[in-house]
Amino acid sequence: MPPNPPRARTALFVTCLNDALFPATGRATVTLLRRLGVEVDFPAAQSCCGQMHFNTGYREETAKLARHFVDTFADYEEIVVPSASCAGMPAEAYPLAARAAGDPGLARAVAELAPRVVELTQYLTDRLGVEEVGAYFPHRVAYHPTCHSLRATGLGDRPHRLLRAVRGLDHVDLPAAEECCGFGGTFALKNPAVSGAMNGDKARHVLETGASVLAAVDNSCLMNIGGRLTRDGHPVRTLHLAEILARTEQDGPLPGVPVAEAAR
Amino acid sequence: MTRSFLGWPAFPEAAAREVGNRQLRENVRRATRTIRGKRAVLAAERPDWEQLRDSAAAIKDRVLAGLEEHLLRVEEKVTAAGGTVHWARDAAEANRIVTDLVRATGEREIVKVKSMLTEEIGLDAALEAAGISARETDLAAAIVQLGDDLPSHVVVPALHRNRAEIREIFAREMGRHGRPAPDGLTDDPAELAEAARLHLREKFLGAKVAVSGANFVVAETGTLVVVESEGNGRMCLTLADTLISVVGIEKTVPTWADLEVFLQLLARNATGERMAPYTSTWTGTVDGDGPRAFHLVLVDNGRTRALADPVGRQALRCIRCGACMNTCPVYERTGGHAYGSVYPGPIGAILNPLLRGPDDPQTASLPYASTLCGACNEVCPVRIRFTDVLLDLRAQVADGGKHPVERAALNTVGAVMERPALWKAAVKAAGLVGPLLPARTPLPGWTDNRALPDIPGESFRRWWKRNEGDRA
Repeated sequence: MPPNPPRARTALFVTCLNDALFPATGRATVTLLRRLGVEVDFPAAQSCCGQMHFNTGYREETAKLARHFVDTFADYEEIVVPSASCAGMPAEAYPLAARAAGDPGLARAVAELAPRVVELTQYLTDRLGVEEVGAYFPHRVAYHPTCHSLRATGLGDRPHRLLRAVRGLDHVDLPAAEECCGFGGTFALKNPAVSGAMNGDKARHVLETGASVLAAVDNSCLMNIGGRLTRDGHPVRTLHLAEILARTEQDGPLPGVPVAEAAR
Repeated sequence: MTRSFLGWPAFPEAAAREVGNRQLRENVRRATRTIRGKRAVLAAERPDWEQLRDSAAAIKDRVLAGLEEHLLRVEEKVTAAGGTVHWARDAAEANRIVTDLVRATGEREIVKVKSMLTEEIGLDAALEAAGISARETDLAAAIVQLGDDLPSHVVVPALHRNRAEIREIFAREMGRHGRPAPDGLTDDPAELAEAARLHLREKFLGAKVAVSGANFVVAETGTLVVVESEGNGRMCLTLADTLISVVGIEKTVPTWADLEVFLQLLARNATGERMAPYTSTWTGTVDGDGPRAFHLVLVDNGRTRALADPVGRQALRCIRCGACMNTCPVYERTGGHAYGSVYPGPIGAILNPLLRGPDDPQTASLPYASTLCGACNEVCPVRIRFTDVLLDLRAQVADGGKHPVERAALNTVGAVMERPALWKAAVKAAGLVGPLLPARTPLPGWTDNRALPDIPGESFRRWWKRNEGDRA
């Protein structure tokens, strides 16, 4: 019998939301990782991580998606995720989902796989050991630390370190940065009035910074805040951090976005 | 007339109404931010803060694991000290016990010092039905009662009111219940405090019966403990002839050494003070000093139900400091009334369904009254993992089978999102969130407040296939 083939190194779990609505984040992640010498693969069988299901109370449905996740990524040494909230699912939620489904085999498979699932900025700073990724982004940027990136995935100042190392970038502080934007998955649907009030305050704080771009590591939250800014007619762009880190001098400034004073 | 949370609407409806009240939002924002800031400074001041939190959680878990034994010790010690212990399974039983005890004294007006439990069981209404008037003496609770209002915070029940509103309530209502407010009362805090002092002092000096709560019950000596800011509680505890303390069974701590841990945490975490101005303790009765009769009513009212919940039981560690509500972005926009209970905010979102069961629309809506942002986990002095309990309660609600359409929708969402053609069709047909919503729910939830994102022409997987398809 032939020996087991060596594991492919790195897979991209792009997340369902990024796949359907924010494909530019996935493309930027691929560009960035390749620039840093990482050969990244995209297993096409991948699906949704089940966060919406889990957070709404549907644990057995989550277990089905967990099983699919485990099967899809079993052969990879590391799985990079451009979303802090989805990256946290295998470690936080899958064990509970496996227990709810009464599936100890799944629990074991999850325990084995979860440490290999890494959020993008953790992958860059901790696994690759880089902060300066060769990016150029001559715009004024505010950063919103999403709740999962802050408290569940524990990214700390990693995104800030990456942003500060970007050439031309004017990094401004966001007031009340650590306050939730009000998205919360189905919270936005189940409690639209409260969600809207929280989001309105977040959007106001973004405008106070004078930034032309708001960055984060979760497109779900950016979709919430950006949706508010757009509806109210504000030209502030929302961008996943990967899309900032992927840009270089060759790309030049982002079209239609004012160039920061500091970069002129 | 006594207002109550009975028949309160589910959180989304109640919250939508409160969010629209600009004055309320401003009052709550201002108050919670002030307390939040003070708490942060004083918590940071203690180098052993995290260890204190660990100790507090461990002590509470130890008590809860052997609750029966600790409660029997309380009964033994209180009885030995000349008190009488009563056990109440539920609100009706507790109300009947207290009403009978007050009736036996022949009094028609009693004083109360802030007790959330008596609010939880609806004691005031039960007493009123028996022809007994109970007057609140804690300043904030008195403001709430005078305004025929409901408490909105566990430490500052009138947190939703500003000075001008309080002045108006005092001027209008005090005279109907005793000494009127002075003529020309302004909204200067010192003037308001003086008006309350004069009004309440008349109550203290006339009252023969007092009803209190307790923050802690120390099992080793049968001692009750009240922590407060104004000293009104101490007046109630010492001036009345008969003292009836109504306490939840989870308030027990084994020893005075354990109590020490909580007294170091409570004031700092609750109001951002190094120590509470008044900490009063009382043990049974003493000849010639204080009340001649002391009754302790130990109340379950759902606590053993919560205790039987393996994830949720940690909510019974709660020492009612209110830090979770002061830090909660949802509470900040809604205030406390939206939660339909004397326990609002994150603790209310978990404690109410645990005590009452997540079986009616109001309690079933509470585990969803959170974005799961996790800010509450970070400030809880007894390390309640609110997000874990919220998620577990959501699973209980979902497993209750109340939302079959939602379950089906969530089952299809992954499949829909992976297929761009289906996705676009779904978005076109129902807006972005269409596939997630129960069929009869009106759609505007998302688009009320936000624009939809543009739908990209090409999904990521299409792009990958186009560029890399033959490589894989």
